[in-house]
Amino acid sequence: MTYPPNGGSPPEHAPGGPAAPVTVPAQRGVVAVAAERLRTAATTEPGRLQIIGAVLALLVVAFGAVTALEVSGRASAADDVVSRSQPLSADAASIYRSLADADTMAASGFLAGAQEPADVHEQYEEDIREASGLLVKAAAHTDASSPSWDEITTLNKLLPEYTGLIERARANNRQGLPLGGAYLRYANQKMTNELLPAAERLYAAETGRLGNDSTEARQWPFLSLAAGIVALAALVWMQRRNYRRTNRVFNHGLLAATAAATVVLLWLAVGHTVARAELRAAMTQGQESLDVLNKARINSLKARANENLTLVARGAVLTADGTQDKYETDYSTGMKSLGAQLESAGRLADGTPGSEPVAKAVSGVSEWQDRHKKARTTDDQGDYEGALEQIIGPKGSTGESFEQVDSALRQALAHEQGEFTAAASDGRGALGGLPIGAAVLAVLGAVAAIVGVNRRLSEYR
Amino acid sequence: MTRAKVWAARRGLRGWGGVTGMAVACAVTASLTLLPLAHGDGTFGGQTTGQGVTSAVPAKAEACTDPEASLLPSTADGPAIEKIRARGKLIAGVDQNSFRWGYRDPESDTLEGFDIDLVRAIAKDILGDPDAVIFRAIPTNQRITALEHDKVDVVVRTMTINCKRLEQVSFSTAYFQAGQQVLAPKESRITGYDKSLAGKRVCTAEGSTAFEALEKQSYGAVFEDEHDGTERDRDQLTVPNQLDCLVRLQLGEVDAVVTDNALAAGQAAQDPAVELKGDKPFTTEYYGVAAKLGADDLVARVNQVLVDYRRGGADSPWMRSYQNWLAAGLPGIKGPPAPKYRSN
Repeated sequence: MTYPPNGGSPPEHAPGGPAAPVTVPAQRGVVAVAAERLRTAATTEPGRLQIIGAVLALLVVAFGAVTALEVSGRASAADDVVSRSQPLSADAASIYRSLADADTMAASGFLAGAQEPADVHEQYEEDIREASGLLVKAAAHTDASSPSWDEITTLNKLLPEYTGLIERARANNRQGLPLGGAYLRYANQKMTNELLPAAERLYAAETGRLGNDSTEARQWPFLSLAAGIVALAALVWMQRRNYRRTNRVFNHGLLAATAAATVVLLWLAVGHTVARAELRAAMTQGQESLDVLNKARINSLKARANENLTLVARGAVLTADGTQDKYETDYSTGMKSLGAQLESAGRLADGTPGSEPVAKAVSGVSEWQDRHKKARTTDDQGDYEGALEQIIGPKGSTGESFEQVDSALRQALAHEQGEFTAAASDGRGALGGLPIGAAVLAVLGAVAAIVGVNRRLSEYR
Repeated sequence: MTRAKVWAARRGLRGWGGVTGMAVACAVTASLTLLPLAHGDGTFGGQTTGQGVTSAVPAKAEACTDPEASLLPSTADGPAIEKIRARGKLIAGVDQNSFRWGYRDPESDTLEGFDIDLVRAIAKDILGDPDAVIFRAIPTNQRITALEHDKVDVVVRTMTINCKRLEQVSFSTAYFQAGQQVLAPKESRITGYDKSLAGKRVCTAEGSTAFEALEKQSYGAVFEDEHDGTERDRDQLTVPNQLDCLVRLQLGEVDAVVTDNALAAGQAAQDPAVELKGDKPFTTEYYGVAAKLGADDLVARVNQVLVDYRRGGADSPWMRSYQNWLAAGLPGIKGPPAPKYRSN
């Protein structure tokens, strides 16, 4: 590197300028005194070195502090993704699912006759317990001013209304009164038109919160990066200045400070890039699959409930235009959405462990539809008991197909949940230790910078 | 288009607004005045139609002064009967949720009730086997459509014979006399189909005779849902099935139910806390077996079945079925209504 012959001679070499008065009037403010002293110091090389040393140390410490702060923000967002918002989103999905499942079980048990099968009733009870337990949990994690709170309130209000209707339906059915069927249909109407939409909105809100946390965790720490670059540039500048004045290439202290700052900067850049990538993968590969699978499962449950209700209602309820059986129409709509969702779940699934259960669900759905068609034909021919056997019977029934679809979806959901947690935990891990590491290294770097500058300074003594 | 131009156009419209408004008002008035007349031409003299209009179609008006009058009984075969024979099964549209009339007992998983007995009698007569029946559950508002689309041969589903329906289907002679009556909790202050209904929420089945009666005279009762017939219909006051009314009544969502006393008796049989209000029904209606319009051979055949069904006094099949299903809820009936036949 060559330098222009006279460009390098800084004015501070000259001892020139009138000597500043040392006496200071006592009345002047502390700041003014400090400024005055600084100005005085800047006129001599040792003074300048002292100032430069202080500034370097400050820059390195500031870099460390900003990094520690910003990264702990990102890390806590990443931690929220793994340990708070994703579990809450999964809980909301469970609330949604258990409500839909309860309705399906209620209709299945009802169809079986006055004496419900014990396992079906137990499943219904379990669903209601799970839903109300999770609602309490969700309420504890929800701000009273958020829209999620309203949904939780609505669900808490409607759930006892729903179970009340179901109990009335059971009591009447037990006595062989057709009123039971009317109660069951009313309960289903409440579930479909009020409870499930509220649960769906809650799920959407919680999933939205998860998306926000993940986006927040993935934001580049621009402030830290900028502070790091400024600190490194200042250190390099100082070393160049040193070299030009003393012709010494290395100043150990400054070198150590530079190394510390570089390590922090690289750690920050690499750690965050990895965290970003993992969190991104968790969202695109895990959460997106979870979302579509959750929706598919809800639709399969709704379709099953509607299929059961077709037999409970026995044509008592029609679509708004009065031409079709309402429950049969709702069943078809649900199966159509289920098919579409399974298709996109198949696209999103990666590798055999992810796509295998989805494929199993797809084949279950097509079998279900075939059997349903046959059962409808049987019922339309007036063979109600035959149709009943084809819908809720133990072998070769649509109920069996539904169970197959449900268990395949459960398996797929567990797999995707594992994928999500693994990727998101890796992402969170990539940021682990960075805040403390940055702080420690920055302090060490600052000390090193001061030591380095002092070394030069001692030459003047 | 700039904002100024839009405003100018709006101002222009406002200038014409008065004239347009007048024209629209005239058109609406004219159509409202003309509408009943136009409507009347197509009816058989329904209750809303003016006397002068019905006289324009005297033959038909005469035919409907007595809607219960049906074809003379006959056992002659025709295309409708042939079709049932060829199939080997009678397809009957019934209710499966109407207690005592047509309902599926969850215990025995069989259909039973007064209507079901009659269906079996018809099947026995035509096919020789009371079990040669395919029962199809049809909702109240599908009774006519099901016949028109050949989904069922007959509808035996507490279906009231009236002039309006006679335009769309054929009826047998009356097999039961019923009437609209108010059902309410025993302690309710509602006294019947009268002023005591004012401000009360009254439940009816969508498209039922009861709903039509309330449309004509509601005594200030609230009986229409806000979004009836749309996707947003919450099914509070008008419900898909008459039994849904009892659900709403038990839940306190409505104050009273208007329905046939026959159906109301089925409801009261399921809930001892409610009762029929008023001394007697405020209308007189007859239930008939409905067949597709033009299936005269089938109607005549059903009428023949009914002749046999009524015969035998206190031991007639009719009375036995009545004792079996209805006497508890609707006591005091001595026998079936007498059949009426068309003179021509």
